[in-house]
Order: sequence, then structure tokens, then C-alpha cells
Amino acid sequence: MLAFIVRRILLLIPTLFFITIVTFLVIELPPGDYLDAYAANLAAGGDPVDQERLEALRKQFGLDKPVPLRYLQWLTNILRGNFGFSFEWNVPVEALIWERLALTFFISLSTILFTWVVGFLIGVYSAVNQYSIGDYVFTTLGFIGLGLPNFLIALVIMWYAFDQFGLRLSGLFSQEYRGAPWSLAKFLDMITHLWLPLLILGTAGTAEMIRTMRANLLDELNKPYVETARAKGLKEQVLVRKYPVRVALNPFVSTVGWTLPNLISGATIVSVVLSLPTTGPMLLGALMTQDMYLAASFLLMLSVLTVVGTLISDLLLAVLDPRIRMEAQ
Amino acid sequence: MTQETAERPELTHPDDAAFDEVPSERERVFVATPGQLMWWRFRRHKMALLSSVVLILLYLAALTWEFLAPYDPLRHDVQSAYAPPQRLQFFDEEGFHFPPFVYGLKGGRDPETFRKIFEVDESVKHPIKFMVHGDPYKFWGLMETDLHLFGLESNEGTVFLLGADRLGRDVLSRLLAATRISVSIGLVGVILSFVLGVLIGGISGYYGGTADILIQRIIEFIRAMPSIPLWLALSAAIPKDWPVTRVYFAITIILSLIGWTGLARVVRGRFLSLREEDFVQAARFAGASEGRIILRHMTPSFLSHIIASLTLAVPAMILSETSLSFLGLGMRPPALSWGVLLREAQNLQAVVLAPWLLTPGLLVVIAVLAFNFVGDGLRDAADPYAR
Repeated sequence: MLAFIVRRILLLIPTLFFITIVTFLVIELPPGDYLDAYAANLAAGGDPVDQERLEALRKQFGLDKPVPLRYLQWLTNILRGNFGFSFEWNVPVEALIWERLALTFFISLSTILFTWVVGFLIGVYSAVNQYSIGDYVFTTLGFIGLGLPNFLIALVIMWYAFDQFGLRLSGLFSQEYRGAPWSLAKFLDMITHLWLPLLILGTAGTAEMIRTMRANLLDELNKPYVETARAKGLKEQVLVRKYPVRVALNPFVSTVGWTLPNLISGATIVSVVLSLPTTGPMLLGALMTQDMYLAASFLLMLSVLTVVGTLISDLLLAVLDPRIRMEAQ
Repeated sequence: MTQETAERPELTHPDDAAFDEVPSERERVFVATPGQLMWWRFRRHKMALLSSVVLILLYLAALTWEFLAPYDPLRHDVQSAYAPPQRLQFFDEEGFHFPPFVYGLKGGRDPETFRKIFEVDESVKHPIKFMVHGDPYKFWGLMETDLHLFGLESNEGTVFLLGADRLGRDVLSRLLAATRISVSIGLVGVILSFVLGVLIGGISGYYGGTADILIQRIIEFIRAMPSIPLWLALSAAIPKDWPVTRVYFAITIILSLIGWTGLARVVRGRFLSLREEDFVQAARFAGASEGRIILRHMTPSFLSHIIASLTLAVPAMILSETSLSFLGLGMRPPALSWGVLLREAQNLQAVVLAPWLLTPGLLVVIAVLAFNFVGDGLRDAADPYAR
């Protein structure tokens, strides 16, 4: 087990290295450097452009050096916790990203839990009551859920709520808690707003989970050992819960690995539509205004956290299922 | 031995008698080519069959939208801003009409909110004509013409079957125009991903060893990244002053940069399982070159699976392009795609005022579901010998 964990963590190092390179490329890609964009923004806003200050900034961020050196400098800065400066917001990047990243991850993890619980329950129900009306309803809903893009569901629900009930379903906090410091009341307020993003982000995932669970369990239910247990007089409920469900659960758990990147990805666009105070809207804004340090920091941290999250889920899976540990060796 | 010879006539004779009515059916299956078997299997999947008709119509519309659309998608008229959809009318007090007509719209102001409202004016009828001369266009960039499938003969009145948008542009015409970019970007993107996927996945699966490990690592790495943020970051780097076609190809390339990984995995899996097959070994012993083994012997036996995977990959591409354009980092006006049109629906007030702005979303869902059904059907049909 220890060897497995060490191996997985060692594999993480090249991945993280790749991520930093991709992120750095993103910073470098736009034509000109970001100070050009900054200067253009200032000029467009009618502010005088201070050439001396620009030069000073250029020096400070090492923009006059060749690319590999710039990469190294950027990397060492990040390792020291210095993510650069947001020209759009005029504050260091660190001051902007952490709360939003935390919220993004809170929402993503809640969504995973939601899809698991709902997908598991409905999947088991659908398999045990195959071809019942409920099964048909859920299977159809699941198929539609897979085909519908998240942001479209968000748009339609928002429109419907506003049109029918005059409700404005956006944001994650009530008016009075926006910008307020964290407190228990603010947290509880967030919980009451959480259901909508959960529901929207969870649709596709839940649909996939239902499909997986239903198919796995149906495979198991037709096996002879189930028949044997039934013949021996085990109660149907106990029987299903005790044997086939446990076997069917394994492939179900292993889907977590790709759930996380998909969720983070989907959350970006849904949070723009619902104007949630998560990474999505700010990342989009930063990219639009070419506030590259901010954008790159988001991209970097989202990727790193996704990769680490996937690693943790893989390790948990290995704890659950000895076969995975063995296979990896 | 004796048993066998004794049983044989018994087995064949009654069989022949019993199957007297259906021997042709059985024979048909035995002598059918793989292609025929696949088609028969695909035909059994009714939703897939229906969906392929939908897809064909969609692509035909994408090819000929200039002719199908009643108006130029950029033609605007502030008077008709947010005009509601006009219903086609077949009946009036005189009886049945074909071609149908639409009632005129009368614009006014709400006395309380001063918001613009429209009323159906039943005293004015605009008969719809087929093959009318309307806004001029250049068909496929070759033919200067102004012929439209349907429309109004005079410039008086409008025919907005799906309503009008903020600037009074016909939503139906814009929807048809947007179909071209939206459905073609899916195809082009998938073809590009396919080339990359087959090349890299093929190398990985065929040669195995270090190349395989390295490529698998890269694929895992790409799949572990959250794709939309990465796409956003890459497309943000597309210069604002690029012409439409260049943006189009840049977006396609960006989408394929991640899209190829899924296909590469499928190809690799197929290569790995086929590499050890007898017929591949036989070809190798017979002295066939690597290229010949891959192209002549292996490719035909996994092609159908690949086509099914390709079909299932198209909707993901369409959705990605729609998401990017919807966020404002994909295709940009004046280029039209479903995502660009949905940007109009980003404003809640606008959607409440004009719910028909959500119709591009409906088309996205239809296209995605249709591709999924066809892909499912193809996947089932890909292996016609499986029971």
C-alpha cells in the first residue's frame, strides 16, 4: 500500500511540472506582454500612461528577460506564494483567488456528494425495478440530462423562476451577506442558495451515475449467486443490499477520477450564468481584459487542485479495492 | 460415429421442412456482407434511424441556409425589436389557404410601463409566397441571387416565424445561418481530433513499450486538466482582429487539442487487442510491411468502432463551441453560431421579454441528442456478429 501511495505521489511531480508549463504558455500567448495590454487599458480609460512606471513594472516582473528565465522566475515566485499582480483590480493576485477557489471546491465537492447519493439511490431503484414506470421515467430523464448542456438548464430555470414567480435566482448569498466577513449566518445563508447550482451542475453527473449503477447492478442481479441466495430464503432487500450492490459499487466509485475535472470545467460556465462568486466569472473577466497573472493563477490552481483531488480519490479507491492496488504493481 | 451418421439425416430433413417458408431469410443472413449486417442491425434501432434523418436535415439546412432563410440574418429593423413569433395561418373566414399567411403585427407602447408591445392585427394579412425575391446573397460565394424558399412579396409587413431579437433581426434566419458554423465545427473538429488520435493512439497501441507509457501519461495529464478553463485561456489569445475563417479554424484546433485524447484511447485499445490476433500475425509472417499491416489488415476491422466513437464525439465538440461562444471567447459576431445567438439570451430581462431567444438552445439539444442516438445505434451495429 505504501509503495502504491509513493508511486502515485511521485507520478504527480511530472504532472505538476506540465501544468506550470501550460499555464506559463497561457500567460505568454497573447501578442505583446501584459504590460502592453495594461497600458492600452489605461490609455483607453483616458489615464495618462506613465512610461517610467511601465518600465519599472517591466523590470519588476522580469519582462525584459528571455522566456526560460521568465518561466523560472515566475515559478519560484509562485512557490514562494507570490502569484503576481492583477492590473485590473490593482491588488496582488493572492488577495483575490483564495476565497473564490475555496467556494469553487466547496460547490464541486457538494455536487459530487449530491450526484453520488442521488445517482446511487435512483440507480439501485431502476435496476431492481427494471422496466417499471419509475425506471422508464428516470432513464428518460437521465438521457435528457446527459444531452442538455448545463448552462442551458441554468438559463431555462432562471428564466422560468423569474417569469413565473418573479424570483431572481442568482448569486450564492443574500444581499446582506455579500462582501460580509465569514460567519455562521453567512454560511447557513449560502447553504440555502446552494441547491440550484448543485441541481444544475449535478444533472449530467447524476445521469451518468444512474446509467453506470443501473447497468452494473443489472449485470450482477442476473448472476447465479443471487438466485442461490434467494432460493435459500434471504429477504430480497437484505439480499440486494448485501451482495450485488456492493459488487456493483466498484466501477461506480472509479468514475470519481474523471468527475472532478468535468465538474470544475462545467462549474466555470454555470457560475458565469448564475453569477456565483466562484472562479468562473473572475477567470472569464481576467481573460477578457488580458489580466494574465490573475487568469494564469486561476488556471494553475484549478488544474493543480483538480489533479490533487483526483489523486486523493484514486488513493481512496485503492484503499477500498485491493484489486486496484495489485494491478498497479 | 454411428450415432452421428444416424442423427444427421434426422437433423437436416425436418429442419428443411420446418424452415420451408423462411430459408431465404436464413440464407440472407448467411450470405450477407458485413455492411449489410450492420445496416440491418442499425435499422432495428428506431431512435437512431429517426435521429439520422434529423441530422441529414440539419446538415442540408446548414448547406443551403441562404436559400431557406426568409431574410438576411444581419438585416435589422428597430421597429421590429423583440417582435414575437408570428403564427402561420391556414384558415380565415374565407376558408383554407395554401400557401398560408401571417397576420400583421401592430407595434405600440404599454401605457403603464412604456415598454414596447406588439399586437396581432387581424385586419392585415400577409400571404406567404414560395420562391420569392428578397434580400440578395451570394450562394456558396459563387452565385449572385436573391431567391428565397419562402417570404413576403412586398416589403410591407414581416414574417418572423420565430420572432425577432434586440435589433429586430429575424431569429429563424439567424438560427439557420448559425447552423452552418455550429454543425460543421463539430465535424471538422472531430476529423482533426481523429487524425491526431489515430496517429498518436496508433503509435501507442502498436509499438507499446516506452512510447506507449509516455503517450498514456500525456493523455492522462490532458484529461486531468479542467477543459473549459483551458479552452477559455487558449481562445482568449486569439487576436480580436482576425477574420471569421481564421477564428473558426483556431477554435477548431483549440477544441481538438483536448478532444483527440478520447479517440486516441479508443484506437489504442483496439490496436492492443488486434495486435495479437492470428490474422495480424499471419500478415506479419507473410512479410507485410508495418504500414500495410496497419492500413490493410487492422484498420478495416476497427473502422466501424471508430466511426461510432467519432459520431459520439461530435456532440461534445458542438457543445464546447457553443459554450465558448456563449461566454464570448469563441466565435464572435458578425459570425453566427448557436453559442453566439445564445449570448443574446444571457440577459435575464431579455429572455423574459423574448423567450424565443432561447430557441438556439433547443436546436443544440436536438443536435446533441440526435448525434448521441445515432452514435449508440452505430456502436451496436459496429459488431454485427455479436449477439
